[in-house]
Amino acid sequence: MNKTVNQKAWFLVLPVFILVAFSAVIPLMTVVNYSVQDTFGNNIFTWVGLEWFEEIIHSERMHDALGRQFLFTSIIMAIEMPLGIFIALHMPKKGFWASVCLVLISLPLLVPWNVVGTIWQIFGRSDIGLLGHTLTSMGIDYNYSQDILSAWSTIIVMDVWHWTSLVVLLSYAGLQSIPSAYYQAAKIDQASRWSVFRYIELPKMRGVLLIAALLRFMDSFMIYTEPFVLTGGGPGNSTTFLSIDLVNMALGQFDLGPASAYSIMYFLVILLVSWVFFTVMTNIDKGGKA
Amino acid sequence: MNSTKKSFLISKSSFIMILYIAFLMIPIYWLLNMSFKTNTEILSQFSLFPQNFTFHNYYIIFTDPSWYWGYINSMAYVSINVVISLAVALPAAYAFSRYTFLGDKHLFFWLLTNRMAPPAVFALPFFQLYSSVGLFDTYWAVALAHTLFNVPLSVWILEGFMRGVPKEIDETAYVDGYSFFKFFRKIFIPLIASGIGVTAFFCFMFSWVELLLSRTLTSVDAKSIAATMTRTVSATGIDWGVLAAAGILTIVPGALVIYFVRNHIAKGFALGRV
Repeated sequence: MNKTVNQKAWFLVLPVFILVAFSAVIPLMTVVNYSVQDTFGNNIFTWVGLEWFEEIIHSERMHDALGRQFLFTSIIMAIEMPLGIFIALHMPKKGFWASVCLVLISLPLLVPWNVVGTIWQIFGRSDIGLLGHTLTSMGIDYNYSQDILSAWSTIIVMDVWHWTSLVVLLSYAGLQSIPSAYYQAAKIDQASRWSVFRYIELPKMRGVLLIAALLRFMDSFMIYTEPFVLTGGGPGNSTTFLSIDLVNMALGQFDLGPASAYSIMYFLVILLVSWVFFTVMTNIDKGGKA
Repeated sequence: MNSTKKSFLISKSSFIMILYIAFLMIPIYWLLNMSFKTNTEILSQFSLFPQNFTFHNYYIIFTDPSWYWGYINSMAYVSINVVISLAVALPAAYAFSRYTFLGDKHLFFWLLTNRMAPPAVFALPFFQLYSSVGLFDTYWAVALAHTLFNVPLSVWILEGFMRGVPKEIDETAYVDGYSFFKFFRKIFIPLIASGIGVTAFFCFMFSWVELLLSRTLTSVDAKSIAATMTRTVSATGIDWGVLAAAGILTIVPGALVIYFVRNHIAKGFALGRV
């Protein structure tokens, strides 16, 4: 659609601008403010420049949390993206069963995040949970609150349970938009199932898959509630991801300076990756629709 | 003969779907199962079905104020949030879908960055900001804090739906002598009603599922159900049955409305860009 140039449109955007400025810019400035100052209580602040940033950049705590975070995000994306596409390819195309599948598949997405934690907390316990009980009676040593491997696999399975449906829904919507003429042409050419997927379905799904990847990256990178409820960051610090670490530092220990420096770098990493996604996405929008 | 035989065979696709849906449903079933058991039964014997079926856990939630007020508080700030988000997002989305103006692309990306902002980064500054203006532990604090991610989301989803409405409709209305507000109210809003419904659903959902900000910004009067649940866990022992019942009750609202938006849910998650 060709849009007209109209500077008065700013008036329509103004309410959003003011609201978001209030709820995003003011807090963010507070964080920036704290990140360059030190305090000894009583509201007396002294300028310390980039000291906190240097401290955080060299701190092992941040390195470890960042490492765990990247590991977690890569693992769940490597599982959820292919699995989501695979499931979407097998969804019923239309009719009653398609609706049933859509509703059932979306259900985990609507469960409050702390309840997701609670569900898996109960499900995984070896005394009262189905999963934990089954694994233990099979002779597998499984205990998510003591054993690092169990804790990690439970959190990963929990995230796959929670968010794979998002990838499924988006891929499904992408698949639905492919005209049947494409499939007929492929049939005439006697294309194999794989080449139909590789040369028709995958390119057509590129846009939605990019959004799915962007959302999964963002949301998994700021995951807090589910591991907090399930393991509380333990055993030890083995499942302390960036958000959990940051909340401990900011609201637990009240280390304002380091926590703020931490926040800013955390946000910048997300922004950087998301900006790359966004640029690619808008380029596809331009090229793909032409 | 042939057709009857066919109906007994499960195709590969159905098999995969059944497997996946079973994977999604079994943990939820387990929660449901626990919510109908007594605590002694939960801890003493392991069974796939409740042996002594009881509504006692639900009875506790519906009679204990500290539980049911959690739900009322959550509902209150979620509703305020949905209203605010829609009210400011509607005109903005219209502007983005119809006009080009100075800095529009930058503004659009800036809005998206707020959807990316980790709540953990904002928890402390929000706590200080809302304490200093006297909104701490009120519905408004949580509702306003949640606009951080819900307003950008609403603008994006609504913009996607509005792009689908041809511009000629606007122009015809103006030629017919409609003022902007009259056109918006009488013609445009009914046209994108489904989009508004979907947006409201998503605002509701993301505000409903969020824990960190709602827990940080409330203590007693406006305590959300999510916070009530986590605090009960850390208190004297864990009442598994009640916890399971509370969990089931938080899933119910989403499950009730999802049927209505099933065909648009992908578009909503894709920020209006499918």
